[in-house]
Order: sequence, then C-alpha cells, then structure tokens
Amino acid sequence: MMPTLRRRQDLVCEQVVELVTDYLEGALPRREVQRFERHLRACPNCTTYLEQMRATIAATGRLTPEDLTPEAQDEFTRLFQAWSGDGPAETDGDVGDDGDGPIRR
Amino acid sequence: MEVTESDEALLGRLRGGDQSAFLALVTRYNGSMQRVARGFVPNDAVAEEVVQDTWIGVVRGIDRFEGRSSFKTWLFRILVNRARTTGVREHRHDTFDPTEPVVGPDRFDGSGAWAEPLTPWESDSDDRVVAAAWGPSLRSALDDLPDRQRDVVVLRDVEGLSAEDVCVVLGISEGNQRVLLHRGRSRLRTALESELTRRGR
Repeated sequence: MMPTLRRRQDLVCEQVVELVTDYLEGALPRREVQRFERHLRACPNCTTYLEQMRATIAATGRLTPEDLTPEAQDEFTRLFQAWSGDGPAETDGDVGDDGDGPIRR
Repeated sequence: MEVTESDEALLGRLRGGDQSAFLALVTRYNGSMQRVARGFVPNDAVAEEVVQDTWIGVVRGIDRFEGRSSFKTWLFRILVNRARTTGVREHRHDTFDPTEPVVGPDRFDGSGAWAEPLTPWESDSDDRVVAAAWGPSLRSALDDLPDRQRDVVVLRDVEGLSAEDVCVVLGISEGNQRVLLHRGRSRLRTALESELTRRGR
C-alpha cells in the first residue's frame, strides 16, 4: 500500500463509476486522476468495470450500418433521380429549395 | 469484409451524378440519421422525412461543401437543423436527475464498495465476432436511450465525431455533452451486462 500521509479521502467504488467518463475523456483534474487510478490499482472490480465500459464503447464503434429496406432503397432512388433529372421530378423535390449548406438559409 | 470506400471518394462520385455512390452514402448513415432525427420529432415516419429532406439538402448543397469539416459533421448538422425546424415536437428535455447514480445503489454495500464481484467479460479474439454477437443488444439499447443521450452516443461512439463536433452539431455545452455521454454509455454497459448474464457467460 502507498503511504497515506495527508491523502485526501479515498474514492469508493460507487463514486468511481460516476467518474469513468470524465476519466476517459481526460476531463478530470490531475489530482482526481491520481485518486481514481489509486482506487483502480487496489480494486479489481472497478478495473473490470472500466474494462467493460471500454469494451462497450469499442463495440458501439463497430456497429455496422444496417441495410436499407427495399422500400427505402426505392424511395431514395426516386429522390436521387428527381434531383439528377433522370426521372420524373416527383413531389420529393418540393420540400424547400434552399439548396443549403450547413447553416440554414 | 469488403474494402469500404471513403466518404470523400463517394462524394466525388456523387458530384459526378453517380447513383450508386449516393445509395452507398445513404446506407452508411441511414441508421444513425434515423436515430438522431427520432429524438426531435414525434414518430418514425416524420424522422424518415427529415432524413430524406436532409439528403435533398446534401445533393443540392454539395458544391458548397468545401471539406472544412468532415462530411459526417456537415451531414449531421443539416440533419439536426432540419429536425429542429420540423418543429412538430417541442424539444423534449430528458428529465433525469443528474445526481441519480448510473449504477443501481443495490449493487453496492453500505461502504460504497461493490456488493458482489464483477465478472470480467470474455473477450473474443476476433472483433467482428464480438460486434456481431453484441450488435442486436446494443442497437436495441441505443434505441431505448433517452433522446439526448442517444444523440450524443450515436454521434460520438457510433459515428466517431469528436466531442467538439458533437457540441456544434447538437448546440450543447462541453459539460452537458459529457454528462449525456456518461449516462448513455453507462446504460449501454448495463444492457450488455444483463444480456451476457442472461446468456450465462
């Protein structure tokens, strides 16, 4: 164990789970990082918890796009053809002709 | 897995009027666009309209996209602007108590330590196997998140936007972004934990 001289009160697990995102985002002040990591070194459960959060984030980042439904595929094809002038200019084109960029009008 | 063409390459082809490039981009972002739009409008049908309307804006404005932000960020900015101005539903604030714990208090003992040890998740050596096995649970957990938490998690963790870009797209502060991300991610972890426990591993 590390010397406990003048150490601020140690974190408990219940507090650690609330600090995980701030920790991962680099938003914790340096002293808090030290307190957080000191807890982790002594606590296999919170170490597991942090690993699970990391695994969750990684798995979320690996979600692959779902296929379009055939209906959506048709709808978007029509929309594209109306725009490119290859097909009948259907009602899809009338939702506003602002042709905008990121900032609305 | 097939080699995926970059957004920029698809955009280049789209500028040349290539329909398959358009459909590839639509497919790539449809799920996330739908999930984000859904948080601003009353139902899926309106969300679909917002997504289509966004793509009309994209193809019309494509020559004005100069690549100063990533295509993705530009796309989601248009989407959120459109979704907001659809204005059918007054932006519903997620009502959560910021002091409410993200892990149930019953999981801890009186001293604030874990009451039961946590079981490490088995990690498969093949990422794709993990992604395929967890995908359905994760998607449904994402759909169940409160709107603003879902917006942030989809943009940050599914689409990989930076925290800064997420703040710009959603018009929220950095601190708020982090709180929403924290609550959303914590819920996804809990959902995966329940799923893995249910499967008995």
